[in-house]
Amino acid sequence: MKNKYSIFSLIKNAFSYHENWEKAWKDPAPKKEYEVVIIGGGGHGLATAYYLAKKHNMKNIAVVEKGWIGGGNTGRNTTIIRSNYLWDASAGLYDHALKIWEGLSQELNYNVMFSQRGVMNLAHNLQDVRDLKRRTHANRLNGIDAVYLNTEEVKKFCPIINTSPNIRYPVLGGTLQRRAGTARHDAVAWGYARGADEMGVDIIQNCEVKGIKRIGDCVEGIETTKGFIKTKKIGVVAAGHSSVIANMAGLKLPLESKPLQALVSEPVKPIIDTVVMSNAVHAYVSQSDKGELVIGAGTDDYVSYSQKGSHDIVEGTLNAILELYPIFSRMRMLRQWGGIVDICPDASPIISKTSIKGLYFNCGWGTGGFKATPGSGDLFAHTIANDEPHKLNAAFNINRFVSGDLVDEHGAAAVAH
Amino acid sequence: MFLINCPFCGEREQSEFKAGGEAHIVRPKQPTELSDDEWAEYLFMRKNIKGVQFERWNHIHGCRKWFNMARDTSNDQIKAVYKMGEKPPVK
Repeated sequence: MKNKYSIFSLIKNAFSYHENWEKAWKDPAPKKEYEVVIIGGGGHGLATAYYLAKKHNMKNIAVVEKGWIGGGNTGRNTTIIRSNYLWDASAGLYDHALKIWEGLSQELNYNVMFSQRGVMNLAHNLQDVRDLKRRTHANRLNGIDAVYLNTEEVKKFCPIINTSPNIRYPVLGGTLQRRAGTARHDAVAWGYARGADEMGVDIIQNCEVKGIKRIGDCVEGIETTKGFIKTKKIGVVAAGHSSVIANMAGLKLPLESKPLQALVSEPVKPIIDTVVMSNAVHAYVSQSDKGELVIGAGTDDYVSYSQKGSHDIVEGTLNAILELYPIFSRMRMLRQWGGIVDICPDASPIISKTSIKGLYFNCGWGTGGFKATPGSGDLFAHTIANDEPHKLNAAFNINRFVSGDLVDEHGAAAVAH
Repeated sequence: MFLINCPFCGEREQSEFKAGGEAHIVRPKQPTELSDDEWAEYLFMRKNIKGVQFERWNHIHGCRKWFNMARDTSNDQIKAVYKMGEKPPVK
C-alpha cells in the first residue's frame, strides 16, 4: 500500500528535505508470462492497465515502453480537454472521458491539475458560424454544455482577442464549453503509473517491442529488447508507431503517421485565462501555470516518423496568432517540438478487436488524443477484458472502414485536423 | 523541412509541394466486381512505413506536375525521385 499524498505527508517529508519520498512506481524486470501486455507507456496505455487492474480484477499485467513513460505524445501535446464533438458517437466517447477527468485527481490521489477554464472556438466566416451553431445544438442534444457567443461576447470573455472587422479573417463569433479546459499532461501519466503500480502492474521501461509471435490466428507473445514475454492478450497503444507494431503482426491499418508541432513562449504574467482555438486560421493558444503561452500548430501533410516538423507550419500558425492577438507581437518563443500522430481517414480513433485473436488496437487518435486519456483507457480495458467493445466504443471498431460506417469528424470537430 | 529535386524544375523547398500519399496503389480494373474488403484495402489501408517509402508528390506551387519519390520517413532523407509510370528504384 502506497503512502497517501496529502498536506501531512508533504509536511512530514519537508523535515527530511524531501529526500525520503517512496518511489511512485517500481522498475521491475519482465516476468516470463503475463495475462495482458500493453504496448506503449503513455497516458492511454497506463490508463488501460490501471482500469484493467481496478475494474476488471486482472492481476498479472505489464506495460512495456520503449523509452520512458509519458515521453511520447503524452508529454508533447498542448493539454487541451474538451468534449464538444459533433456526432453522437464522438460526443459519447469524449464526454465519458471528461466526466472521469472531473474526479481524476481525487481518484488517483495525484494532482493532475485539471482546470476547467473553458475552451472557446472561433468562427471567421459565415460557414464557420453555421457549423458552430449546428455543433452547439448537437452538443446540447447530447447533454454536453455549449453556448454560442457573438463577437461582443467573445471579446468580453477573452479581451485580448482582436475583434476588429478589418483583419484578414475577422472574428464573427464563437462557441464556449465551460466544462472544458486543460490538465498537466505529465502528471496524468505519472498518476496512472503510480495507481497501476500499486495494484501490481509491472511498468517496464526501455523495453522496445521487436516482434509479435503468432500461432495461427492467436497471439503467443512479444519479442522485446528484454527478451520474449509470453501472453495471450496484447493491447497496442503505440500512437504514431501503431502501424509499425501492426506490421509485426501482419496487419495493415488505415493510418498515416505525421508530425504535429507545438511551441511555448517565454513565461509571462497571467494574460489569457482560457483556451482559444481557431479552426479556420489553425491557431490555438492557452497559458500554462508557469506562465508560458502554449501554442499548437498543424500537421505536415507527408508521412514522417522524425518527430520534427516543417518551419512553414510554425510560421503560418504564428502569423495567425499575431493577427488575432497583436499583444503577443514581441513575445519570444522558448521551445518548439514535434510528435508523431497517427491519423485515421475519418479523424476518429480506433478502439477495437482485430482479426487476430488476443490482439487489440487503441490508435488513430490523430491530433486530439490527450483529452480522451481516461475514457480511452477505461473503454479499451473493457474491450480487452471482455473481448467485446463497450457500447461507447462500439462505433470505433476497425471494421467501419469496410462497412463504410465512418465517424467523420474531419472539419466537424471543433478544430481542423 | 527539406529540399525536393523536382524532376521538371530542379531543387525547391518542400513547402512548394503537396504530398500525395503512398505510391503504386493501383486503381481496381473492375470496380463493380470489388468486395467491401477489397474496397477498404484500396481506399483506406496504408503501409505507413517507418523507413524507405514510395510516395507521390505534386509540385503544386511550381509546375503542378505529379512525380514519385522514395523517402526515408524515419529521417526525411530523399533516396530517389522518379517520374509517374516509372518503376520504383531497387535499393
